[in-house]
Amino acid sequence: MSDAIDIDQVRHIGVLSRIELSDDQGRRLVGQLGDIVEYFGKLNELDTDGVEPMAHAMETHNVLADDSPGESLNPDEALANAAVRDGDYFKVPKVIGDS
Amino acid sequence: MSSIVELSAVELATAIAAGELSATEALEAYLEAIEKLEPQVDAYNEVLADHARATAADIDTARTAGRPLGPLAGVPLAVKDNLCTVYGKTTCSSKILADFRAPYTATAVEKLLDAGAVVIGKTNLDEFAMGSSTENSATKVTHNPWDTSRVPGGSSGGSAACVSARLAAAALGSDTGGSIRQPAAFCGVVGFKPTYGRVSRYGLVAYGSSLDQIGPITVDVSDAALLTNVIAGHDRRDSTSADRPAENYLAEVEKPVENLRIGIPDEFFTDALDPSIGEAIANAADMYKDAGAQIVDVSLPHSRIDTDAEGNLSSYAVACYYIVAMSEASSNLARYDGVHYGHRTNQDVDGIVDLFSLSRAEGFGPEVIRRIMLGTYTLSSGYYDAYYNKALKVRRLIKNDFDRAFEKCDVLLCPTSPTTAFEIGEKSDDPLTMYLADIYTISVNLAGLPGISIPARLDAGGMPVGMQLIGPAFSESIILRAARTYEKISGVTRLVPNMARN
Repeated sequence: MSDAIDIDQVRHIGVLSRIELSDDQGRRLVGQLGDIVEYFGKLNELDTDGVEPMAHAMETHNVLADDSPGESLNPDEALANAAVRDGDYFKVPKVIGDS
Repeated sequence: MSSIVELSAVELATAIAAGELSATEALEAYLEAIEKLEPQVDAYNEVLADHARATAADIDTARTAGRPLGPLAGVPLAVKDNLCTVYGKTTCSSKILADFRAPYTATAVEKLLDAGAVVIGKTNLDEFAMGSSTENSATKVTHNPWDTSRVPGGSSGGSAACVSARLAAAALGSDTGGSIRQPAAFCGVVGFKPTYGRVSRYGLVAYGSSLDQIGPITVDVSDAALLTNVIAGHDRRDSTSADRPAENYLAEVEKPVENLRIGIPDEFFTDALDPSIGEAIANAADMYKDAGAQIVDVSLPHSRIDTDAEGNLSSYAVACYYIVAMSEASSNLARYDGVHYGHRTNQDVDGIVDLFSLSRAEGFGPEVIRRIMLGTYTLSSGYYDAYYNKALKVRRLIKNDFDRAFEKCDVLLCPTSPTTAFEIGEKSDDPLTMYLADIYTISVNLAGLPGISIPARLDAGGMPVGMQLIGPAFSESIILRAARTYEKISGVTRLVPNMARN
């Protein structure tokens, strides 16, 4: 089992990912994620100095729509799958004052 | 079983247009097949029988009224359940979207419907398209129609199994790292991933936005050409969609490619490859040569596949692919937060972040959680350069290799998968082992190129062996024609597993 990632890092990633992890899950992930991260490290064997990163498969830039009004989802369509709806709003727990 | 399900999509469309067969008869034949074989295959998340019957009836009415019919009129098709449809649900085989009803239909599916197709249902997949066996589905396990103890491949396992068992005339899948091509290889059918940007991604639930493409899974190459005709084209609703008109691939597919030069990449034929597959590819190359093609050695150094000291497959391209795909996935799946749609936790929560964290923990399966976390890690402060940025540079090197190879050849010929269909449960314990199943397909997505898997032959055990043709960007016509040539010279096409025989 790789030690590329430790349990504190796993917990930290869980927080960043907004996924609650049980202790068991966290422990299992240390090994699983560690193995995979170690595998990722293989790329360090390659010299990439001066190579331009390739984020897109196709070279298009600034594809913009005309700034003109058109059809979009109406509130009922947009809220149809809401877990909790309040009028024309998605309802959530209070946000202000939360960490 | 009805002989109607033995027809290809092209044959069905022709027969229906000529009035030899009604859309309703065609649909009923497939619904009957589903009733008989679905319990063994489990390809569908949802069969939309009522809606399909209504569509078929409309097509029949239009035909008898003499109204013009589209090129797929009355042809019963299946759609992978990560493509949004206003009919039925769009679950991505995830608990987090178990009850989601999309407010719009994906462009590619809309185009099929405009062409007169009848959508029979939504097929099973690995959850959020993350997997290579369809075992990561939160819905059910799909079985390979050639041997039900084996996987159909993934992530479009449901679509591939469906077409293979003749439970639909054709299907749409999606391919991010091989998810159309590999299940097609495992199930003995044709699976085509067009060039990135060739088909609109609007309405395809995003996994890796710079890698995802929608494509057809069919019983033969001509059907793949017909479906590509229908779904390809620019879409203003997808800003990554190529501003190039679609071509008529079906009209050209019977014309062999003159002076066809086929490149065989050295690095794909190492000890890592199952010898019977290597043999099948070598055999195919010989057949092409006898038919007048030129076989050329080419090199794709950064896609090299080795076996490491522990006997594991090893490839820079796999590391690169998974960093890119997981990074993009972590961003794309951030939208599942229990607010706008999808599962929300019933537990008491301590504020909104808690709401997100619990909803996501409850709704996502273990593989999805792994990928989100790895992608979060590779994009996080302090690691972004070492992983994500590094991977993007390696991606450029992989793409450059392909560009150089295509200076010497028109298409590349290589395996689709290092093995034939493995057993259900065989690889599901170790995530990394499963990732390495994709070694022959992922480079193609990284480079944004088109690739097709067609059946090469059956192996000694009677399982399908797939082979892959890869071409330069927007060379769909060449690939389809070269693939059609193989069908003609080998006689290998329209393979039918025993369970689907009359």
